[in-house]
Amino acid sequence: MSDNYNMLLAGFGGQGILFAGKVIAYGGLMEGKEISWLPSYGPEMRGGTANCSICVSDTPIGSPLVLSPNVFIAMNLPSFDKFIDSVEAGGTVIVDSFLINKKVERTDVKTFYVPATQLAEEKGLKGLANIILIGKLFKETGFCSWASLEKAIAKCVPPRKQHLCASNIQAIKLGMEY
Amino acid sequence: MAERFLMKGNEALAEAAIQAGCKHFFGYPITPQTELAAYMSKRLPKIGGTYLQAESELAAANMVLGATSAGVRAMTSSSSPGISLKTEAISYMAGSDVPALIINVQRGGPGLGGIQPSQSDYWQATKAPGHGDLHILVFAPATVQEMVNLVGKAFDLGDKYRMPAMILADGMLGQMMEPVELPDTMEQQLPEKPWATCGHKNARKHNVINSLYLTPQALEELVVERFKRYEVIKENEQMWQEYRTEDADYVVVAFGASSRVAMSAVDTAREQGIRVGLLRPITLFPFPTKPLKKLAETAQKFLCVEMNMGQMVDDVRLAIECKRPVEFFGRTGGIIPTPAEVLNEIKKLGGTK
Repeated sequence: MSDNYNMLLAGFGGQGILFAGKVIAYGGLMEGKEISWLPSYGPEMRGGTANCSICVSDTPIGSPLVLSPNVFIAMNLPSFDKFIDSVEAGGTVIVDSFLINKKVERTDVKTFYVPATQLAEEKGLKGLANIILIGKLFKETGFCSWASLEKAIAKCVPPRKQHLCASNIQAIKLGMEY
Repeated sequence: MAERFLMKGNEALAEAAIQAGCKHFFGYPITPQTELAAYMSKRLPKIGGTYLQAESELAAANMVLGATSAGVRAMTSSSSPGISLKTEAISYMAGSDVPALIINVQRGGPGLGGIQPSQSDYWQATKAPGHGDLHILVFAPATVQEMVNLVGKAFDLGDKYRMPAMILADGMLGQMMEPVELPDTMEQQLPEKPWATCGHKNARKHNVINSLYLTPQALEELVVERFKRYEVIKENEQMWQEYRTEDADYVVVAFGASSRVAMSAVDTAREQGIRVGLLRPITLFPFPTKPLKKLAETAQKFLCVEMNMGQMVDDVRLAIECKRPVEFFGRTGGIIPTPAEVLNEIKKLGGTK
């Protein structure tokens, strides 16, 4: 895969889709890349789907709206159904297989199934399924270095909650090892 | 180099205004602009400023008129329907020759419209931001960093020419995060405002800020003087970016969010051997007529790409004195055009599909 990533993260509001996107964006930023992060906003965030476009690029970013992602992370079925066909051929798809009981029929994308929500529950990392999936993304694509990813976590976790950095890193590792 | 960090467009606009010495914000919440006001509500009380959520958009804009009349940097922000409500006060500010910053994070219209990104307030911003003979300065940033840079510029030029300035952004730019570097201008010396009504301790004649002139001759004289100022602005303050236009047969003209989409399309078209470039107006008033006039000497066709129904097309035609055809492609209602759609339109310019 090229060093330019057009990523789409999608799921329900409350799963930390936007936060996960921010971690990726900061990871890229720490590498000195051009970054854009664009959330969906509006009524669809209330009980419906939330999604987030992230571009990580060596050159200035044109449209920040990702329509054909080369990385797609799905955290619920409606998002999976809506976007799976838009993924670029050769792209990477990461599915929370605990929440999405469906396989990718396409053979031209690399798919990884991680039961992230279940793993998070079992390991006492409730609410960090999003970060587990980022761990998987990191392992499969290396979109940034480990040092950058660590810094990104520290940047994204609010200053008064820095004690949560450790559990976020634990979640990343869990995703990498799955 | 200062540290780059990620910031939402709306928050970057707010912080840039604070850095530019603006400590007085009056607003009323509306999507997709609300983060701007929310940021101000957190920051301004900590630095001795005023954050006030008014009872309405009009009230907020009139509070800006009051604050700026006292000589401080003041601002308001809203999104399309809210800006319509502010236009009365914007006209009064223009008629009173006071500076102020108005930010419009546009959404789809008319009416309450939608909440998704749009550029359909171009006409309102550039032709009639209020009743009467008037213009305001209008800036159209295309990145979060440029939003930051233009806020300071808008305040400075507003002070210089004693007129309101608008940042015409949109929901996409307001909501997205990009890396920014903030200028360190907190301690800058703001210009003297000898016209301000800020108390005079009998040391000078008292100042009057007013837009009511019942004698037609006096009003005419004042408006004519103001229009002379607008001519100076048109001559000196045009801002634009040219991208791959050196040998361009075709020139795409786009501002703000749609210029980013257009830029991607231009790159792809270039890869396919089409000699196309992009002219991106950064100021919408004054409209960048100078580079367009020059490009009309060599380019064969122009294509406006906008998130509206073609509101900028006439300005491009006038700038190039109708010497070349000006085509249009746009999406409206809150839809962002895709690079593929724009590429298709670029191909049509050369007669290929």
